[in-house]
Amino acid sequence: MNGAPTAVEDGTTVRALLDGLDVPGGARGVAVAVDAAVVPRGEWDTTTLDDGAQVEILRAIQGG
Amino acid sequence: MATTQDRTTTDPLVIGGRSFASRLLLGTGGFRSLDAIAAAIEASGTELVTVALRRIDPAAQGSIVEVLDRCGVALLPNTAGCYTARDAVLTAKLAREAFGTDWVKLEVIGDDRTLLPDAPALLEAAEELVDDGFTVLPYTNDDPILARRLEDVGCAAVMPLGSPIGSGMGLLNTYNLRLIRERAGVPVILDAGVGTASDAALALELGCDAVLCASAVSRAEDPVTMARAIRLGVEAGRLAHRAGRIPRRLYAQASTPEEGVAEF
Repeated sequence: MNGAPTAVEDGTTVRALLDGLDVPGGARGVAVAVDAAVVPRGEWDTTTLDDGAQVEILRAIQGG
Repeated sequence: MATTQDRTTTDPLVIGGRSFASRLLLGTGGFRSLDAIAAAIEASGTELVTVALRRIDPAAQGSIVEVLDRCGVALLPNTAGCYTARDAVLTAKLAREAFGTDWVKLEVIGDDRTLLPDAPALLEAAEELVDDGFTVLPYTNDDPILARRLEDVGCAAVMPLGSPIGSGMGLLNTYNLRLIRERAGVPVILDAGVGTASDAALALELGCDAVLCASAVSRAEDPVTMARAIRLGVEAGRLAHRAGRIPRRLYAQASTPEEGVAEF
């Protein structure tokens, strides 16, 4: 996750990963990509993470 | 008599079918705190503000999105830090998810020393995002031909640089900027390089439709006062552009009649 090896249980969903990071469920300003593909918000509950999945969890910051 | 504010509201900036009374876009990079951003937004009068995406930091305090929502401004996510069309397109799609907007300030950077745009990659990413339904505002070189190509693929505006990001060197090639404005059928937003209010005024005087600045405000000694100064510079420049300046002349032209001068 975000470039660091992260151990999760089999069947862990994107939502569960976010909950573990204290990201509120509907948080605006957060986005998730798994293996370089966007995971839409509506699929956070159903998307499970396979072994070796490259997960990027991004949030809004100041910029531009 | 109409005040400046009255005139600007009857002279809206229209991008992608959306109207803005303010011709100043504000970047949020470089501010010392979220409170400082909110204060600068208020002083600037801006209605459109950039944000970026980075890996989540559980230790981060406060939410910039909440602050910007409270300010009532629209969000313009950027793709800063992307060096390939692929990364920029994916970042734009993530931003669409994160912020619920299909507007994007498209940046594809070619070099970390100058932060100048990578023209072929920019064009490629712009075309792909337009095809995917995005309203694309590309940060581009001050190249009239590239600006035209970006417009041709469907960008909603073009955002040529005045000088490199954060350099504060102002408008280095006013000739090219005038050519871009003369030929463009979409708004031209001067992006990058503004150092102070006169740079913003000059951009509008040249005919640019708006200015985007970040560092000029956020890194000023007094960001709130600079936000107001640049706001006034933008308004002054726009009015001067509409008023039609006198042509430059090599020699003087007396403003006082020469007839009837006393002879002693």
